Amino acid sequence: MAKELLKGNVAIAEAAIRAGLQAYFGYPITPQTELLEWMSARMPELGRAFVQAESELGAINMVYGAACTGARVMTSSSSPGVSLMMEGISYIAGTELPAVIVDVMRGGPGLGNIAPAQADYNQIVHGGGHGDYNLLVLAPSSVQEAVDLTVLAFDLAEKYRTIVVVLLDGSLGQMMEPAELPPMKPLKTAYPEWAARGEPGDSRRVLSSIYLDPPAEEVANVRILNRWKEVEANEVRYKEYMLEDAKIAVVGFGTSGRVALSAARAARAEGIPVGLLRPVTLNPFPNKQIERLAETVDSILVVEMNAGQMLEDVLRDVKGRVPVEFFARVGGIVPLPDEILNEIRRMASQPLSTTGHPRDRWLKRMPQIMA
Amino acid sequence: MTITAPELEKTIYTRPESLTSVQTHYCPGCTHGVAHRLVAEVLDEMGLREKTVGVASVGCSVFAYNYFEVDFVQAPHGRAPAMATGVKRVLPDRTVFTYQGDGDMASIGMGEIVAAAARGENITVIFINNANYGMTGGQMAPTTLPGQKTTSSPNGRDVETQGYPVRAAELLATLEGTSYSVRRSLHDPKGIRNAKRAIRTAFEVQQRGLGFSMVELLSICPTNWGMSAINAMHWIEEKMIPFYPLGDYKVHPMLAEVKI
Ligand SMILES: Cc1ncc(C[n+]2csc(CCOP(=O)(O)OP(=O)(O)O)c2C)c(N)n1
Ligand code: SF4
Repeated sequence: MAKELLKGNVAIAEAAIRAGLQAYFGYPITPQTELLEWMSARMPELGRAFVQAESELGAINMVYGAACTGARVMTSSSSPGVSLMMEGISYIAGTELPAVIVDVMRGGPGLGNIAPAQADYNQIVHGGGHGDYNLLVLAPSSVQEAVDLTVLAFDLAEKYRTIVVVLLDGSLGQMMEPAELPPMKPLKTAYPEWAARGEPGDSRRVLSSIYLDPPAEEVANVRILNRWKEVEANEVRYKEYMLEDAKIAVVGFGTSGRVALSAARAARAEGIPVGLLRPVTLNPFPNKQIERLAETVDSILVVEMNAGQMLEDVLRDVKGRVPVEFFARVGGIVPLPDEILNEIRRMASQPLSTTGHPRDRWLKRMPQIMA
Repeated sequence: MTITAPELEKTIYTRPESLTSVQTHYCPGCTHGVAHRLVAEVLDEMGLREKTVGVASVGCSVFAYNYFEVDFVQAPHGRAPAMATGVKRVLPDRTVFTYQGDGDMASIGMGEIVAAAARGENITVIFINNANYGMTGGQMAPTTLPGQKTTSSPNGRDVETQGYPVRAAELLATLEGTSYSVRRSLHDPKGIRNAKRAIRTAFEVQQRGLGFSMVELLSICPTNWGMSAINAMHWIEEKMIPFYPLGDYKVHPMLAEVKI
């Protein structure tokens, strides 16, 4: 199939449809709305289920119900809407059902704004809903990658009976780029033995997140965790750029990783030996790769569009072996390549501090950065 | 007249196939059990047992899935109508019903129920109005009567500060998408027979694809009302029915031809 010029949100919607999506439930919120709008036209046209829900609470619980039937289901939203979905996310995780959620992040907290941000990292990667569970999190940095990861999301969700989140920021949702869509997959016709479908002749199926007996809940928790261990063993994904001989490594995901790559290339042109590690799965996180980096480079720069949420994960892996610096724009601002380039230059030319927290040092520099 | 042995042994009352053979966790006398049986009888009579997906809610009926011999899923508190929507939209030819208490449906889940009814979602809702939150120990519900004492309205519900009760059958009847919205009571045999007819009609609405159907059932909670079951039945008659009149609040014209 040839490349077309596609908007991120639309590309994800069409990719999901071609991956065999059977039911979509959503609620309008900028900067994600084009995804819902695309679904509202395409899904009924194909005879598939589409409901504009009364709220994100409604949407996630429609996803919960539809997921109980074993169908391929999805919702999409942006940060405040995803906060509202946390109840349902915990229930779906507790019932061990596959589902796909697309979160097109915007500036917060609160109503914030509709500009691109990456501040849902903690609520998606480190929980948000109650109880012990993990979401498998995929973070694209281009429209093409968003298409590819959306298709992958459905396969991984079914393979591991888990929620998969495609996590991107508003700029990627709104951006138009050439991308190639996958071919249309036929809808599934075979359903897993756990699916509650009211199928005559089948044994009675009951799906619930309740284990009133604590030992039974413990068994369920351990089963869920063991399945997650399999995800950790098999599904870590990341991209490395110019790291072979790098003395400085930049770590960034999604759009901040993409901007950091431009900065790293510019720094290379100036002769600075810098490379980039871009986590593609944020959960499971490429811990081993970061640990290895800490053995091969002299310093690490973490770049995010939040106040250092992934930074903590990187620090945990680096374990103080090399200095770590942090750079971010927050509140809905995308960092400029030049801003990151300046950080790289500073790191290449000055002795780096290892005392205190990188976030605190960044915060001290912020008045100049914001000026 | 002599009675022959076979006639003596004629079975006139059995457990419906749509009910499982397990011991109930409901309190003695509680009419949740009666409501379960009526739904099960209707599913049997309509031959729907194997083609149904039930949606349990949060409240004393949270374990409804243990009692119905049909596929069941279990919703977060108040969200059963949204979950039922998800099931029904994927499986439009299956019968989908929710079973919800008054705290579940008329308080935390008011958004989901009104939206499902307004969409004309082709599902059936069995709504148990027992004027309090049974499971959590008898707190005030949106259906608690003015002046009624509960564990969170110890001096009686003061409408000035705690607001007025919600009449769900009337409220949902105002929506275009609702095809059937009625109130019945489980406090006496006649009421129970009428309740069963209403439940049958509600499922007929769904079978015919007419849209949203809801049966509100006045139900007793002897444990939290602090009464014997029999006194609780009288309390429904004396206190609840005057405030919550039994009746049909919305009946789709096409139901005129349905004879039950
Ligand atoms: C989000 C959430 N809030 C509160 C609760 C606690 N809770 C469990 S059952 C219940 C009340 C249920 O009352 P009702 O719907 O009237 O049903 P009944 O028990 O009377 O049959 C509450 C508040 C919960 N489970 N989930
Ligand atoms: S607490 Fe009330 S509603 Fe719940 S089972 Fe007991 S009597 Fe029934």
